[in-house]
Amino acid sequence: MKLKLIAGLVASMGMLAGVAQAQISGNVVKIGVMNDMSGVYADIGGPGSVLAARMAVEDYLKESKSNLKVEIVSADHQNKPDVGSSIARKWYDSDGVDMIIDVPTSSVGLAIHQVTKEKGKVHINTGSATSDLTGKDCSPNTVHWLYDTWMLAHGTGSAVVKSGGDTWFFLTADYAFGHALERDTSEVVKASGGKILGSVKVPLATQDFSSFLLQAQSSKAKIIGLANAGGDTINSIKQAAEFGIVKGGQKLAGLLVFLPDVHGLGLNTAQGLNVTEAWYWDLNDTSRAWAKRFTEANKGKFPSSDHAGVYAGVLHYLKAIDAAKTDDGSKVVAKMKEMPTDDPLFGKGSIRADGRKIHPVYLFEVKAPSESKGPYDYYKLKQTIPADQAFRPMSEGQCPLVAQK
Amino acid sequence: MEVFGIPIQAMMGQLLIGLINGSFYALLSLGLAVIFGLLNIINFTHGAQYMLGAFGAYLLMNHLGLGYWWSLLLVPILVGIIGVIIERTMLFRLYKLDHLYGLLLTFGLALMIQGYFRHQYGSTGLPYSMPEQLLGGINLGFMFLPKYRGWVIIASLIVCLTTWFVIERTKLGGYLRAATENPQIVQAFGINVPRMITLTYGFGVGLAALAGVMAAPIYQVSPQMGADLIIVVFAVVVIGGMGSIMGAIVTGFGLGLIEGLTKVFYPEASSTVIFIIMTIVLLIRPAGLFGTQK
Repeated sequence: MKLKLIAGLVASMGMLAGVAQAQISGNVVKIGVMNDMSGVYADIGGPGSVLAARMAVEDYLKESKSNLKVEIVSADHQNKPDVGSSIARKWYDSDGVDMIIDVPTSSVGLAIHQVTKEKGKVHINTGSATSDLTGKDCSPNTVHWLYDTWMLAHGTGSAVVKSGGDTWFFLTADYAFGHALERDTSEVVKASGGKILGSVKVPLATQDFSSFLLQAQSSKAKIIGLANAGGDTINSIKQAAEFGIVKGGQKLAGLLVFLPDVHGLGLNTAQGLNVTEAWYWDLNDTSRAWAKRFTEANKGKFPSSDHAGVYAGVLHYLKAIDAAKTDDGSKVVAKMKEMPTDDPLFGKGSIRADGRKIHPVYLFEVKAPSESKGPYDYYKLKQTIPADQAFRPMSEGQCPLVAQK
Repeated sequence: MEVFGIPIQAMMGQLLIGLINGSFYALLSLGLAVIFGLLNIINFTHGAQYMLGAFGAYLLMNHLGLGYWWSLLLVPILVGIIGVIIERTMLFRLYKLDHLYGLLLTFGLALMIQGYFRHQYGSTGLPYSMPEQLLGGINLGFMFLPKYRGWVIIASLIVCLTTWFVIERTKLGGYLRAATENPQIVQAFGINVPRMITLTYGFGVGLAALAGVMAAPIYQVSPQMGADLIIVVFAVVVIGGMGSIMGAIVTGFGLGLIEGLTKVFYPEASSTVIFIIMTIVLLIRPAGLFGTQK
């Protein structure tokens, strides 16, 4: 009912002759963009991800002169795993969808990951954070493109401990993602010599964090780690300022902060926050040029790293289909892993056997209002973490696909 | 000194925060109770009207440069007028029908309003800064009380008690209550009943908008803000007894307190505890704590 099938563009460049050579089910490659279209994460993914996917299809067909016919559909999973899996089943079983991309909210991401494996299709996840997607639950049909809890924990976590924040208290979103992020960050903090003083599990989409902030305050921890995302992070940061927590000497560490979150907070409140992201629009000339195109089509809202991930993920997927001459899920993912990745936004990279996409990751600091020169000019680069150090080594992930080798 | 393993000072802080959240529940459920008690309409647009209040404050600030205090005065009136238009064009047709029709209409309206704002402003929400006079806070010894939160409690208490007084203790309130019992007879005394009902709806909606303006500096001004809250507020009204003004006020504050305590002892349940209480109350007293069975 709430399923919105916005039939995207049908790019039909070649005639049947070209298509017939490759084994494409239904003669069309159907991409499903599934995410939170209307809730707390809608600005991070939402309709912007559909736009990014569409841009990727246009660009690929123009540059490669490929004969593929590509269609895009989209749906709102409302951050509910049951809603997400029933859409995925319908898409795979009766609508001929070949690949599902985006899927923020780790609990939904894990559900789609399972359904995709069962049906032998393709899932490129750019929205979920849980590192379990490429860990013990890894699948031959999933590519985890953008970021994960291990990366966030090591990026922000170790930077904060290094600068003296060695006692932590967590405000944790009470579902798969928050739990994974708290677990991974705790490990980093302990490994770097810090201590965890406590944590509190907060239901998703809580309005008022003051009670939890007060508990964090009385723990006397130097760092309050926010293992949450989207609107929850915004509300916790805003209310921490109100209750004088930062002035009282405690610091906040936002473990997952996206560009739209900083926009929603305003630089006054957000300045000084450490942010770990895999992509930012102001990294180089190509990313700026792409962001300009995107923003013009997105009512002035700049792209998040998730949008960039969807764009790059779709490009690589289409390349792999043309190279493998089939859209069979398992074969395409194998091809995606075999081919090095190369796209305008993330540059050259690769996909590991466990499904993890590897690229450099950046540690940013949010600018003060006086340093910001234009719309969405929010980050300054503090450190670049090279691709081979940014993600969990395969040997530690316990992914069965890797163990078989 | 400790209570159940929590230092008494921390406990006092948590109770105070519970009261602050309770003020929002009380303000919102008050509006709902007035509308239900006097119009027999289950106003599902209430959450959207609360959101309109917060957005109204944001828009006045960014387009007309009018600050918080102007918004506090103007926004409830403006949103109240929108309420009057809704009542005059749509709601009044439904009074004779089953409650369900009013519920469906107002629910549909809420979805449309929220959808429009999401389309225009995105879902992340917009920043709204606190009025300068209420920046900072007071150290109470057991906790740091932001001045603004203190103001929310006081303002909400004043509004709630005044509303209760007007409806239960004045002549105007008497007319209103009489008009819901028997509109024909009241009309016969020369009182314009339809107009009175229209204004009552406008007033209830204005209360929601007022709560919205008060929420803007502490919560994110986002299209979802009302939808997240309205279900809880409905539970508050049901527990208090549908249509009971005092019931709405007392349960609003009371449930804020209980929710606050849950956040300390078992935070995972803090979003469900109100519904558990609702279930228990409905089993024992189907008309709610302060309601009377008709």
